[in-house]
This record gives sequence, C-alpha cells and structure tokens, in this order.
Amino acid sequence: MLFFSYFKDLVGQEVTVELKNDLAIRGTLHSVDQYLNIKLENTRVVDQDKYPHMLSVRNCFIRGSVVRYVQLPPDGVDLSVRNCFIRGSVVRYVQLPPDGVDVDLLHDAARREARGG
Amino acid sequence: MLASALDDVGKILVLLRDGRKLMGTLRSFDQFANAVLEGACERVIVGEQYCDIPLGLYVIRGENVVLIGDLDTEREELPPNMIRVSETEIKRAQKVEREASELRGTMRKRMEFLDFD
Repeated sequence: MLFFSYFKDLVGQEVTVELKNDLAIRGTLHSVDQYLNIKLENTRVVDQDKYPHMLSVRNCFIRGSVVRYVQLPPDGVDLSVRNCFIRGSVVRYVQLPPDGVDVDLLHDAARREARGG
Repeated sequence: MLASALDDVGKILVLLRDGRKLMGTLRSFDQFANAVLEGACERVIVGEQYCDIPLGLYVIRGENVVLIGDLDTEREELPPNMIRVSETEIKRAQKVEREASELRGTMRKRMEFLDFD
C-alpha cells in the first residue's frame, strides 16, 4: 500500500524502469496499480541498438513482478521523512513519554492476565 | 490497466520471460496479466536478420509476461538495416547463435578451475 501510494504521487514524472531481464525503459509514469504494475507513456529504450524490436513501442504496460529498479528523477523525491512505516520485527525498544502509561494500572492488568483472567 | 490497449485497433508487442517476442491483437486480459492474442506471431531476431512466425490464437499465462507495448503504426517497427528472412533461415541462424553461446559456456567452465579472482 505504501509504495502503491508513493508511485501514485509520482504519476506524470519521468522515470527509468530497469527490468530483471536487464532491459531499461525511460518514460512518463502514466499509472500504477496494487501489484505495482507500471504503465509508461512516450517510452524509449535506454540501449536502443540492443533491442531493435522495441523501436516503435511508445506506450507500454510492465508487469510489476519483472521490475528490478525504478529510477527516479534526482529532485523528484521529497527525502525529508515525515511519516514512515517500520516493520515490527526490527523494533528493539519503543520509548514512551514518562506520563504516557499508568504503570500501576498496567501492573494490575498484567497480574490479572497472568492469573488467567 | 490494459483497457486502453483493448480499445485501440493497433497491434501490440508482448515480451515474455524466456526472451520471446510475440505480436498480435489483444483480445482479452485479466488481473494476472493473462492475455488472449489474436493473429499472433513470434518475431525472431538474430543479429540483423528477423522472421515473423505465425502462431494463430494464443492464450498467454500472465506469469510469463514481462512487458506489453503498443506498436506505433506511424513508426518503423524495426531499424532499416534489418533483413527479413525465411523461417528455415532464421532457425538456422538461431542454432548457430545457440551453439556459439554454449561453446562460450563450456570454455568458461573449463577455465573456472584456474580460479581467477
């Protein structure tokens, strides 16, 4: 969901999509879907001589599963992190504000829970 | 996602994971990028030679699809230096290319014991 939203905000930007088969295609991001399938417009292949069959292809649909990289314009990204998603399994501590929790209430609740409540 | 490709009359190019290039008219697709291609043909390219091998009505399983591109009818599909040859001719060229790459592969294997860094 996160990357889907991110790519939706990137629609209209020039990107270069590098595929797992090493083909790299530059174009304008037209649309993206939940599978991160990508539709590019006004496309041209990076190494045109190596891929003659792609000469007249101007718009294409790229299956999300075959994408290796999506290269973004250098200033096209707001790198200041305002909101982020953190995978639970990598968290060591969550530091709470001192008055964030009523520790006595928590302690009682834990005792009840341990007793089988 | 591919809805616009259904509406367009033009031909499309489908790149498959095994490197094959299919061309034809998109008749149907689904959320897995499974596709039905009418009047399909495989464009085989070896060096500067190419051949279109007719296939008929094809159902392509989505997991094999890399890219689906619109072939712009106003542009040349291939660079002007490419020569169209017969099916037997291109199959022969493919065989030569395959044998050359296999030879390169076996030679590399024989050199591997030398343990170059």
